[in-house]
Amino acid sequence: MHIRHILKTSISGLRAHKGRSLLTILGIVIGIMSIIMVMALGQGAQELILDQIRGMGSRTLSVEPGGMPRGIADFAEVFTESLKDREVEAIKNKSNVRGNNEIAPFVYFNDTISYGNEKMRTMIEGADQLWTNIMNIQLDQGVMFTDGDVKQMGRVAVIGSNVKTELFGGSDAIGQRIKIKNINVKVIGVFPPTGAKMMMNIDDIVIMPYTTVQKVLMGISHYQAILVQAETEDLVPAVAQDIKLTLRELHNITDPDKDDFHVGTMEDAMKIIGSVTSALTLLLVAVAAISLLVGGIGIMNIMLVSVTERTREIGLRKALGATRDNIIVQFLLESVILTIIGGIFGILAGAGFSWLIGLGIRVLGGFASWKFFFPLSAVFLGVGVSGAVGLVFGLYPAQQAAKKSPIEALRYE
Amino acid sequence: MPIIEVEHLSKTYLTDDVETPVLHDLSFTIEEGEFVAIMGPSGSGKSTLLHILGFLDEEAMKGTYKFDGKKMDDYYEDEIARIRNNEMGFVFQAFNLLARTSVYDNVMLPLIYSGNPEKKWHEMAMEAIKDVKMEHRLDYFTNQISGGEKQRVAIARALVNRPKVIFADEPTGNLDSKSGQQVMEIFQHLNEKHGHTIILITHETSVAECAKRIIRIQDGRISSDRKVANRHNSHDGVKK
Repeated sequence: MHIRHILKTSISGLRAHKGRSLLTILGIVIGIMSIIMVMALGQGAQELILDQIRGMGSRTLSVEPGGMPRGIADFAEVFTESLKDREVEAIKNKSNVRGNNEIAPFVYFNDTISYGNEKMRTMIEGADQLWTNIMNIQLDQGVMFTDGDVKQMGRVAVIGSNVKTELFGGSDAIGQRIKIKNINVKVIGVFPPTGAKMMMNIDDIVIMPYTTVQKVLMGISHYQAILVQAETEDLVPAVAQDIKLTLRELHNITDPDKDDFHVGTMEDAMKIIGSVTSALTLLLVAVAAISLLVGGIGIMNIMLVSVTERTREIGLRKALGATRDNIIVQFLLESVILTIIGGIFGILAGAGFSWLIGLGIRVLGGFASWKFFFPLSAVFLGVGVSGAVGLVFGLYPAQQAAKKSPIEALRYE
Repeated sequence: MPIIEVEHLSKTYLTDDVETPVLHDLSFTIEEGEFVAIMGPSGSGKSTLLHILGFLDEEAMKGTYKFDGKKMDDYYEDEIARIRNNEMGFVFQAFNLLARTSVYDNVMLPLIYSGNPEKKWHEMAMEAIKDVKMEHRLDYFTNQISGGEKQRVAIARALVNRPKVIFADEPTGNLDSKSGQQVMEIFQHLNEKHGHTIILITHETSVAECAKRIIRIQDGRISSDRKVANRHNSHDGVKK
């Protein structure tokens, strides 16, 4: 069989109906385009989030109450009160946990804060003075609270830029007193507009000494997390292990599965984020694939019309010696050529649109670190998938064509 | 050895459970090199017979048909395709050329499906085109040439693989008498000079008499089968 000539035949068959061929591939173009876009944007979003976590510093560990969450139900364990001052002291003790680490207990709650008649619902976080180091943020105005404020449960706060605008507008916030749970708190510093860091919007935040938040505002004696910054990055696994052993001993735990706390490293967080965004991307790809399926059915529809229209041609070819396989290959090639052309245009359009959307996210969305991703695998996937769609949805029409008996076909009007 | 042997061939069409007998118990043989005209009025079954002989009608029939010494039922599907391609050529009343395709490409069509080496294709196509004197229209599309020219292209296409038998179904039916005469001249030439077996359907006596033998069919039966005594020379024209 001379495939080159059958290819030529297929191409001339398609060129005879240019308009129809173009409309038919539109479905494939849209299907492949959406898959490429979802993949490119999904990867972009993942990298953006991971970038923010990396910005936290890979030296940071977070000790949290409750066992490692294995499902939605386990998140209730966040309310476990297993981390208190005793645990903080034990972790600070160098004979328990090696290295010169920074240890910062952490509490938070959501409430409405007010200044005069201005009210705003926000997150109040209790940390220590090291928080700015761990988050790597400089203050815009004023100063961070000090070790003394922490020790004396100072009623002072540093606020995010949105909080400042909401409550004070254009006027100066430093030295003013805001009300949190009916307690007067003095504003001593303001953060610059920063955006999200470690999944917290710094602009909407109020930071106070953890002692004040814990004892005065929340009236609790436990912590919601203990942030630990290891002396060096290499020490992170050892520090995590030391903390686990220390706390197990302190809590008389022999079976690690029964831990009433868990230690998260940035690496863990990145893994979790990575798998979540991958799952989301996969879901969106599946949705996009439905449009490809519709496109495939469109191809099948048009090929069936084409086969019926060209019944006489098929009969003639069989009368002149075309085998069943020759006819199948001719019509399969037509649908595969259609879908692969559609796939190529879909890849180009998908790349173009993801680049444009990325530009929009950078310029309008304010995420300057958004990167444009175009995985090479998407190209192979796009061409491969569209070709496969052509094969699958072209097979039935091609078989219909090959089944025609020459004389029936030649008699067809 | 006869190229075509038909024994007790009967054929019945079944439409909506109504049986319509078309051919009754036909038996005849055709030797290589013959030029046979099959004549009969419309509905006599002559086209059905030609389609069976040309392996175009694949539906069931009674009796046996041997082509080239082998029963039709014994050929595999791909063999049938090869025989249609290599051993048989078809000329239709309605030409059945590919539209929007050049004369040259139409004649090339059977070569694509043949086992002939590709480098010989051009030569083979040109030879067939010269046989029908269509060299001057090589690149014309088939919708740009006259009816007589179309039929000559169709004959070139039937010829291109140098088949043993050429089947022609009312080849002059759609042509004026002058074009019809040219077509019949080509058939006579092919039969006499190249030895092609030609089996042709017609209901025009002047066309039939260009052949060497006439089989008449009436109501699905052979009513006469005789040699042509005064062979009509196509140079003298074929009457409409």
